[in-house]
Amino acid sequence: MSFLEVLYIVVPVALAYATPLIIAALGGIFSERSGVVNIALEGIMVIGAATGIITTLTLTDLGAGALSPWIALLVAMVVGALFSLFLAVPAILWRADQTVLGVAINMLAIGLAIFVVRVLYNKGQTDFIEYRIAKENVPFLSDIPVLKMFFINVQYTSFVAIALAFVVWFVIFKTPFGLRLRSVGEHPMAADTMGINVTKMRFMGVMLSGAFGGLAGAVYAVTVTTNFSGTTIVGQGFLAIAAMIFGKWNPLGALGAGLFFGFAQALSIIGSNLPVINNVPQLLLLIAPYALTILALAGLVGRADAPKSVGIPYIKGKR
Amino acid sequence: MKKLSLNQLLIPLLSIILGLLVGAIVMLIGGYDPVQGFISLFEGMFGSPYAVGETLRAAAPLIFSGLAVAFAFRTGLFNIGVEGQVLIGWVAAVYVGINFDLPMFLHLPLALLAAMVAAAIWAFVPGFLKAKFYVHEVITSIMMNYIALYTTNAILRNVIGVTNERTDSVKESASLASPWLQELTTYSRLHWGVLIAVLAAIVYYYILQRTTLGYELRAVGFNKHASQYAGMSVNRNIVLSFVISGMFAGLAGAMEGLGTFGSMTLSASFTGVGFDGIAVALLGANTAIGVVLAAILFAGLNIGGLAMQLGANVPSELVKVIIAAIVIFVASGYAINYVVEKLKGNRKKGVEKK
Repeated sequence: MSFLEVLYIVVPVALAYATPLIIAALGGIFSERSGVVNIALEGIMVIGAATGIITTLTLTDLGAGALSPWIALLVAMVVGALFSLFLAVPAILWRADQTVLGVAINMLAIGLAIFVVRVLYNKGQTDFIEYRIAKENVPFLSDIPVLKMFFINVQYTSFVAIALAFVVWFVIFKTPFGLRLRSVGEHPMAADTMGINVTKMRFMGVMLSGAFGGLAGAVYAVTVTTNFSGTTIVGQGFLAIAAMIFGKWNPLGALGAGLFFGFAQALSIIGSNLPVINNVPQLLLLIAPYALTILALAGLVGRADAPKSVGIPYIKGKR
Repeated sequence: MKKLSLNQLLIPLLSIILGLLVGAIVMLIGGYDPVQGFISLFEGMFGSPYAVGETLRAAAPLIFSGLAVAFAFRTGLFNIGVEGQVLIGWVAAVYVGINFDLPMFLHLPLALLAAMVAAAIWAFVPGFLKAKFYVHEVITSIMMNYIALYTTNAILRNVIGVTNERTDSVKESASLASPWLQELTTYSRLHWGVLIAVLAAIVYYYILQRTTLGYELRAVGFNKHASQYAGMSVNRNIVLSFVISGMFAGLAGAMEGLGTFGSMTLSASFTGVGFDGIAVALLGANTAIGVVLAAILFAGLNIGGLAMQLGANVPSELVKVIIAAIVIFVASGYAINYVVEKLKGNRKKGVEKK
């Protein structure tokens, strides 16, 4: 097997695993840039995955056919945004500890999701969906030599994720909304003095991250696992948080980190069948994203600094 | 003894009631009978000697993980990495339990010690990074959780040599199992661990309230800058707090490895003991007695949940919803306080009008 042939196998798998990571990391950026820690990303992804699968199954029964997973993605975004209110309301209005809330919401999400699945289907996991978002060869582009590795066996959701990264980058760094969002995350009192509604901006930040997290979970479910159970989302949310940090809270950084972590995941899953890579211990590939994130935070591989006021509830009039 | 303020008790109690209320509402929406559900739930928690035995059995690791989280909290640190430290302690205890041949009075303590030391080393990392590089401990300890998950699986496969999902049982000389306790509770899996856990709670109280070390740790938790000014080494205390917290966490793993299961199984996901520990510490307000009571409550809910599924057909996952709701309410103490104060204010006004 030549090196190029290996890439033709690995890159599509890496893209598939990177897609939900990128989307969820973008969601994390919205929340943390507004000053709210989002450990709940994992739980929001669980809800998104459950919503994605349940909606797809229901729509397929109603006859929506191949469109059903795509509609399910939109539904998961809405449900994710609503679910994130469990974080937004106590964190922003009631000054609750955001990390504690995140842990509780992750518990709530898995409990609620499986509870609903049991109520609906009388068993602990759903059936497999009939119509998944299929792997396709992009017309024309998949004929280009070498570069075709990005266009064979690929789901269109991957291109959506990459495009979203650029859109989010533009929104956060080039629009008035983005400036306001960042300002309430860095120095909410100064922002408040300038007439920016801190509460409103933080609510938008958290709910956007809910929408993105829901989408990410649903994408993972309808492209990779194609059913929902208690072990559908195990750590993807936290891996997305790692990608967000490794990407230094910058959407394009998160895109790069997401692709890189997806690549590591792909190698750890299919690496044993490939030459050269099967000599790398699987453990190393599995822990690489987490270890690198710690090193990045310690400043050993490029310093990563969080938004200044992340995690601190804003209390009007308190200095 | 300082007097317990009303709110210290009021918020946890109100939160438990509100959490159960949320559970009832979810049951109603799901089309179940809440009365039947709660009867089965409580019977499964405390309704028989067997239920009590299982509840106490499940409480042992939760007391330890709760103490671990609470200990770090008292120094103003959030050890969200207990989950990973539990796994590391578990694997270390099982390794010693299987591979050593010693009389019991040496073997069992050695296995417990191994769990403590291994987990303490694991917890040292986020503590050290916080002290040396000012890296937020929440993120590092989350990352350490996943590294622990994959590392323990690799150790189980490559070092202990698991071929069939599960390790051999630990030798009898390292086991916490007690036929007497089992018989007493009509053959639950209750083992000596729960006594060690209560002992640990007393040690927890003693370290924090009766030693210079504990005084310093708490001082750093109250005000880092004042402690520094008073001549305490903040960095040393941060690392120490994490290391001791890790020791408690390691023992939580030992409870499972030497007690409940007597072995360890390959796993793709976490045990939940560490995350439940955060709930326990929070509800127990980081006090020794509070942690023990909260651990028994949450352990009982987890055990009773299974009975609820059998007895009232309500999915046991409801218990997770209840626990999560309780945590959210405790965390939202500010809002509860606010409402309580408002109600009090209204009542006073009402009295004046008369």
